[in-house]
Amino acid sequence: MTSPTVSLRSVAVRKPGSLILRSVDLDLAPGSATALFGANGSGKTTLLRVVATLLRPSSGSGVVLGADLGTAAVDGVRRRIGLVGHEPALYPNLTLGENLELAASIALGRPATAEAQDALQQVGLAGAADRRASRSSNGMRRRIEFARLLILAPDLLLLDEAHVGLDPEAWLLVGHLIEEVTGRGGSALIVAHEEERIRPLVDGAVTLGDGVITGHQE
Amino acid sequence: MNLRNQIATLMRYELRDELRGGEVGFVVLPFGVVALLTIPMAIGIDTPLLQRIGPGIYWSIILLFGVLVTQRHSSLAPPATRDMLRLAGADPVARFAATTLATFLLLLAFEVGAGFATMALYDPALDSWWWLAALLPLTAAGLSMIGTIAGNIASGLEARTSLVPLIVVPIAVPLLLGAAQATEGLRVGAGILRWLLLLAIVDTVLAVAGVLTARSLEESAA
Repeated sequence: MTSPTVSLRSVAVRKPGSLILRSVDLDLAPGSATALFGANGSGKTTLLRVVATLLRPSSGSGVVLGADLGTAAVDGVRRRIGLVGHEPALYPNLTLGENLELAASIALGRPATAEAQDALQQVGLAGAADRRASRSSNGMRRRIEFARLLILAPDLLLLDEAHVGLDPEAWLLVGHLIEEVTGRGGSALIVAHEEERIRPLVDGAVTLGDGVITGHQE
Repeated sequence: MNLRNQIATLMRYELRDELRGGEVGFVVLPFGVVALLTIPMAIGIDTPLLQRIGPGIYWSIILLFGVLVTQRHSSLAPPATRDMLRLAGADPVARFAATTLATFLLLLAFEVGAGFATMALYDPALDSWWWLAALLPLTAAGLSMIGTIAGNIASGLEARTSLVPLIVVPIAVPLLLGAAQATEGLRVGAGILRWLLLLAIVDTVLAVAGVLTARSLEESAA
């Protein structure tokens, strides 16, 4: 039996004055895409940050891509995790192309101009590479983040409402990314509100409420 | 990518982002010069007095306005870029060094610009002014490292823009006192080597502290 890409057990996250996650158990199977639903403030983003190895759980245990959370082993798997969060991860005064090149060259360990140009082409932004991120539309900034994921080819894809406000063409990109990752045997976890829209892209869904998983759907 | 290349890449893009934003060149430096100008306007043309207080005023301005330069990386780049770089595999030490070096260059430019304004407005009549070639970089290095460490401590906190100056100013005061004493030494013709040595020691301690804490501060960020 193949071990899950992500496996969390009794994960809790406390912040001063509040308990964001109480006890979360979650498994993401290789080759699967899962939607994560939940009301505002239910802890979806916090859970995604735990899975992304960016936030250490206050208690509980977890394994992401074979690395135990809270250990130095997560350093070795971070490059295999692709995250697009609420806020664009872009330097505002760099151009879209420069932002992409920076992320790609750090991740690939060498200058990545050719890869960046190719990815810009794929997301339909070849003509907007010289536009500053701060002067670009939300949709363009999202596409650049998707372009980054195309270059990095992650084994674990995490999207935190990254599809909000996207035009139909960009929406196809989201589907393409999910297919690519799951097709390689990776997993995807997509935080969403619009159940009907996201359903065709995923294999299952979990619902988070009051800091625990309250529902599973296949 | 080895550590040196990561540092060079990150510093290049950070500087480009900052220079295009123009915060240091078009906001901090002009306001710093205006602050330098207000003192002679308030005191009047009392040349001996201005010559005496000029270096102290200069370093006070460097401290207060330099804080604005040092915290640029915690306010300009969105927190999500930090996550992006962590996931891309950027070494925390490389990020500390790159941010520090970028801030160092900006601070040095600010020190030089404000220095010319001080020469013009206060005429401090420094003896052996070439010592400034060692004094300004040593002070800029210390202040930039304090700023980067403070930025890392406050990273992810909602109050980071107000927290960074509260951390930087008290820690930087001894550094600036040393720089002011060294400049006073240049004014009166006294030796300043011991002050430069003190600044170099402080810089070394800060560099070691910055490198040793870079990873743990990044991992503990919210």
